[in-house]
Amino acid sequence: MKYRKVAVVGAGMTQFVRRAKETPPELAFKAVRAALDSCDLTFADIDAVCLGTAPDSFDGIHMNGEYLSNGAAAFRKPYMRSYVGGGTGVFVPIQGWYHVASGLFDTVLVVAEEKMSSYYPHAQAAFLTIFDHTIERPLKPNLLWIFALEMNRYMTTYGISKADVARVSVLHKRNAADHPCALLGDPHITVEDVLQSETLAWPVQRLDVSPVSDGAVAIILAAEHVARRITDKPVWIEGVGWCLDTAYWTNRDLAYPRYVEVAAKMAYEMAGIKEPRKEIHIAEPYDPFDYKALHHLEGLQLAERGRAIELYLNGDAERTGNLPICPSGGLLGVGNPIAAAGLMKVAELFWQLRGEAGQRQVPGNPQRGIAQAWGDLMQVGTVIILGR
Amino acid sequence: MSAKNPYANVVSLSEEDFSAARVLFRHDKLIANYAWDSGIAIGYFLAGLKAGQILGSYCAKCRKTVVPPRIVCEWCFRPMQRFVKLSDSGTVNTFSICYVTWDVRRISEPEIPAVIEIDGASEGNGILHKLGEIDPQEVHIGMRVQAVWKPPEERCGSITDILYFRKV
Repeated sequence: MKYRKVAVVGAGMTQFVRRAKETPPELAFKAVRAALDSCDLTFADIDAVCLGTAPDSFDGIHMNGEYLSNGAAAFRKPYMRSYVGGGTGVFVPIQGWYHVASGLFDTVLVVAEEKMSSYYPHAQAAFLTIFDHTIERPLKPNLLWIFALEMNRYMTTYGISKADVARVSVLHKRNAADHPCALLGDPHITVEDVLQSETLAWPVQRLDVSPVSDGAVAIILAAEHVARRITDKPVWIEGVGWCLDTAYWTNRDLAYPRYVEVAAKMAYEMAGIKEPRKEIHIAEPYDPFDYKALHHLEGLQLAERGRAIELYLNGDAERTGNLPICPSGGLLGVGNPIAAAGLMKVAELFWQLRGEAGQRQVPGNPQRGIAQAWGDLMQVGTVIILGR
Repeated sequence: MSAKNPYANVVSLSEEDFSAARVLFRHDKLIANYAWDSGIAIGYFLAGLKAGQILGSYCAKCRKTVVPPRIVCEWCFRPMQRFVKLSDSGTVNTFSICYVTWDVRRISEPEIPAVIEIDGASEGNGILHKLGEIDPQEVHIGMRVQAVWKPPEERCGSITDILYFRKV
């Protein structure tokens, strides 16, 4: 083994809400406190802190990492903020992993926070600067365009119907009804509800999209010798991967996320996984839009191209199915405070693999799970594999 | 469940809490004005648009023609020194029918943003633009389209020198 073994030993999160009264550092503090308490550690036990938060424009504060530092337990500690757009939530635990795997630190706190509600009139506008200032922004784009364009290309390439894609939203929002932190859990939602929701940018309708949210998540990583003192149920980070595709998004194959494939293959190789579909027991693909879960499952090699929808149609994706997908409820159901949403998926794997997921628990003693996020201008893939 | 609850409650606010001033808050704007230089490659591209042409760049090593043009080939990291004239026609790679603005206000006449693969560029090389002069219901992936330009005297070297693309 080239690296030291790294375990997740604790996790905590805040509720995800449309608008929290708490400031960003206050949200971070609540998640960190819950994570520390979950494994009986204190501020003094943390050697270094990795923080993830998405664009500074949400908060209107330059150097958001510094702004968040007190709530992130970073005072007088080695501290670093990373930002890869929506991919941040899964990248920041990767960053934490190499802090520990390298031998540099024994115990690292990983925090992801997002407060999207401060931006007026709608957080969507904070994303407009991702478009090229000279050749795209004069066309007055909005963020929904790129998702709608990609969704249409994906659906048309493989002949997938809107009604089928809606199954993803329905399953995730139903799953979220069992999550105590969820913003949009709904045990009774139907495909009809999704299909009859307001059309924003066809083929994207309101219930195809995850909600703007505020929230924070924290996990604690430890080197093997420390982890075994902290808990008798460490959850190991078995593989990590990340990759950036071209920034010229209109030159990319929008029907298939190559960047996820490359990131996933890096993680599978590290984890020694040869047959992902047999060896992965839970998947938390990134699902800011319902079609994205399908897109990403294919990039993760958990389904053939254009066939991820079959997992939803045949029941495999349900908690009791062969490959439970987003048992947390995902971004579509729990909420999408950008960086925090990705780390929520990693925390979910931690709870699932320890048998601590309560109402959401996947039966059958799952041994290994994968979480993935995606972001920047739709071209970064970040992947992490956790196992018992 | 573990003995300790890992889920922390927060105080959830509604829009009315702000509009009715039930909470204290501060509202302000950021000032953010910029003049973005077009750079080398996009400088050529914009000059081309002013002249009624769409330019790409060509990599002799990879034999790829890309649009929008750039000075470095991403695939081999060699400089791209040749800017080549492409056609102003192309094929709809994908499109959307958009009913909301950037701040999520409804619009009655939907916009039709599209990725258009430009004729003369390598396969899959498209640009973002809009479609016009068409019933949204008639638009389909694979549809052949042509640029509709502003009159030459109104062109200023901008992506909006192309008004939109229309069906051919």
